[in-house]
Amino acid sequence: MIPEIGHFSLILALLVSLVLGSFPIIGAARGNTVWMGLAKPLAGVQFVLIAFAFLCLVYAFAFMDYSVLYVANNSNSKLPLQFRIAAVWGGHEGSLLLWALILSIWTVAVSLFSKRIPDDMRARILGVMGLISVGFLLFMLMVSNPFERLIPAALDGRDLNPLLQDPGMIFHPPMLYMGYVGFSVAFAFSIAALLGGQLDAAWARWSRPWTILAWIFLTVGIMAGSNWAYYELGWGGWWFWDAVENASFMPWLVGTALIHSLAVTEKRGSFKAWTVLLAICAFSLSLLGTFLVRSGVLTSVHAFATDPRRGIFILAFLVVVIGGSLLLFAWRASTVGRGGKFDVVSRESFLLANNVLLAVAALSVLLGTLYPLFLDALNLGKISVGPPYFDAVFAPLMAPAIFLMGVGPIARWKEAALPELAKRLRWAFGISIATAVILPLMLGNFTPMIGLGLFLAFWVFATTAELVYQRLGKSDLPLMGRIKANSRSWWGMVIAHLGIAVFVLGVTIVKGFESEIAVKMLPGDVAHLAGYDFTFDGVVDRKGPNYEASHGQIHVTKNGVLRTILEPEKRLYTVTNMPMTEAGISPHLIHDLYASLGEPLDGGAWSVRIYHKPMVEWVWFGCLMMAFGGFLALADKRYRLKKRAPSKEITSKAVKSSKKAKA
Amino acid sequence: MKRGLIPLAIFLIVVGFLFKGLFLDPREVPSPLVGKPAPQFSLPRLDNPETKFSPKDMLGKVWLFNVWASWCGACRDEHPILVELSKAGFVPVIGMDYKDTRPEAQQWLDQGGNPYNVVAVDADGRVGIDYGVYGVPETYVIDKAGMIAYKQIGPVTYDALRDKIIPLVKRLQAQ
Repeated sequence: MIPEIGHFSLILALLVSLVLGSFPIIGAARGNTVWMGLAKPLAGVQFVLIAFAFLCLVYAFAFMDYSVLYVANNSNSKLPLQFRIAAVWGGHEGSLLLWALILSIWTVAVSLFSKRIPDDMRARILGVMGLISVGFLLFMLMVSNPFERLIPAALDGRDLNPLLQDPGMIFHPPMLYMGYVGFSVAFAFSIAALLGGQLDAAWARWSRPWTILAWIFLTVGIMAGSNWAYYELGWGGWWFWDAVENASFMPWLVGTALIHSLAVTEKRGSFKAWTVLLAICAFSLSLLGTFLVRSGVLTSVHAFATDPRRGIFILAFLVVVIGGSLLLFAWRASTVGRGGKFDVVSRESFLLANNVLLAVAALSVLLGTLYPLFLDALNLGKISVGPPYFDAVFAPLMAPAIFLMGVGPIARWKEAALPELAKRLRWAFGISIATAVILPLMLGNFTPMIGLGLFLAFWVFATTAELVYQRLGKSDLPLMGRIKANSRSWWGMVIAHLGIAVFVLGVTIVKGFESEIAVKMLPGDVAHLAGYDFTFDGVVDRKGPNYEASHGQIHVTKNGVLRTILEPEKRLYTVTNMPMTEAGISPHLIHDLYASLGEPLDGGAWSVRIYHKPMVEWVWFGCLMMAFGGFLALADKRYRLKKRAPSKEITSKAVKSSKKAKA
Repeated sequence: MKRGLIPLAIFLIVVGFLFKGLFLDPREVPSPLVGKPAPQFSLPRLDNPETKFSPKDMLGKVWLFNVWASWCGACRDEHPILVELSKAGFVPVIGMDYKDTRPEAQQWLDQGGNPYNVVAVDADGRVGIDYGVYGVPETYVIDKAGMIAYKQIGPVTYDALRDKIIPLVKRLQAQ
């Protein structure tokens, strides 16, 4: 009964979203305030209905209702409760429901925190989000119903994919989806602005915090996924340029460009058309990511739904949403004003160059991801594009982008003097070059890539230090006062940029200095790596709730002193009959020691892989710093709604008249 | 206006490829066994462990060789299709129960119906290795001379039956 109620609730939500996607937009075009006023309550009702449906599915999982096909496919009575609940989004149908739920959360959030936005604008924004919701709900109800019954009911479920039975699975998808779907807000703002013809600084200011929030979620989501891959896949990698990773990375790159472009639009009134295009692209790439994952067009560990009907539905949806918005863009963008002029050497130019580099990087990732498909479609053979392509293309694009990142914040708006910039940056340049040469030589391995990576990391550190010194140094206030004298969003920028430096440093060191060995070990055998002695203590059998494990123990000593004990595991999940590797990791600021069990060999021996991963944790710590920087920017006083009087001055009419006055 | 159309044009090209991509199977790897003799084996039958089944028994007939298991999820999808095919009776279907236990396999057939003329039991999966089984279910079309003519990776669907398997079997039977 409960699944039927959930199903019915989804149908009602579809009806509500149909009204939400039509009446407020038409109302905004006709100036009908009653129709526009529908948007806010409908957003709330839609959220309640979808959340209720979601809870119904959670209920079915928690109470093991194997008469629901989706539950029977993705759960099992032996699966622990927390994974049974995470299994709600462990398969195709449920992850779509999570998508729809998150979209409705964003929609209701926009409806609640948009008091300063003029009524017609808000009606359009919520209407556009309602239309997106229509697409997803239709998709679910037509070809991916999570509540479909299985009659007769299965005795027990087929279990959740063991790869996904991990705490990381509980957080990674919701975070990622919050990011993906969050870009729908920036998208809806852009479409609303194109429809209403009000692209201006106020529009950029409204959509900026939403974009940053989505970007934070996406950053943390990607980080969590990378971290999960590191300890769950058991071969020490943390990024594979897998099609689905790329699908999340492309919106991130474009979203990063969008955040910076929005800043320029807000502060200087420039880049408007470009900003709108980026907002459309960020969300389009999120949708494309969904298509790639859900249609099975590309092979990937992530692709768990291969049904051509679903693929065609999503593709049609993509054409309507992305094609429609790009058409609207082509039609309306030429009417957008040009904004403030700027010199070739200015902060605007640097930001524009960075933006272009990020967009080109996203395009190159897109090309690499779809290239096998292009060739296959043209009957030119089957190939796979792997890390060599991405490394070769990505690094040359990112290197200048990161270099410009050091210059941009120091340069002045509108026009900057090159000699003055050079003078202010010469110390930073000298320090980073020196570090890039000396540090690798001290560590005993110099390659051009290590040199470049270290140079870029220290370049960002040094230029950021210069920036902070310049802002804080020239004042008589006490230190805390000086810190507070700068806005939180400025500090957010500083921390996020430092996060990039930490990230680049981590990537460079771990790529340049990691080492690994694969050995056959009998109990008592010792392997040596990076100055450590790894003694294999053997393997004991353990029984988990739904798996049988061979639990290994390796104790690690250096010069006879015990440093740590690694406990890698090899599990066999009994329901799906799938073997899984759980790496034994000792994480540390300086380096990770990492061991994973391979196959059992004759006579109690095991093949064991041992990795020494210097500074790998910095990769994820850098991501967290970026996210924290974004968080600080959100906490900026400008965005605090309550303390400000509801500013009636930014109504669309006032903006329009001020535009006329400028012209 | 014209410059603004560039993103749309790029998008439409990508859509064209994505559409085409929907009808391609990235997992479709040509099997090296196609055109080669089906590997020989002799395995106990599910209904009677005392008697054995060997591909030699089928020489002179065109037959389908379906690898399945009671633990296999996708087999659930293809099972009714196989049952229907066997009712039509125009091609013998031999099953191989792969890495499975007898009671569970028997229960599966009792519940879902038995489409197989014979089920051979490959309890430890050795024969599976000879056939290059890397995912269950897999189905082979084997001709009168005992050569593998076609390999279907993944469940047998109505479309695969109609478009590939049945025409192929008819052609081979006519030879």
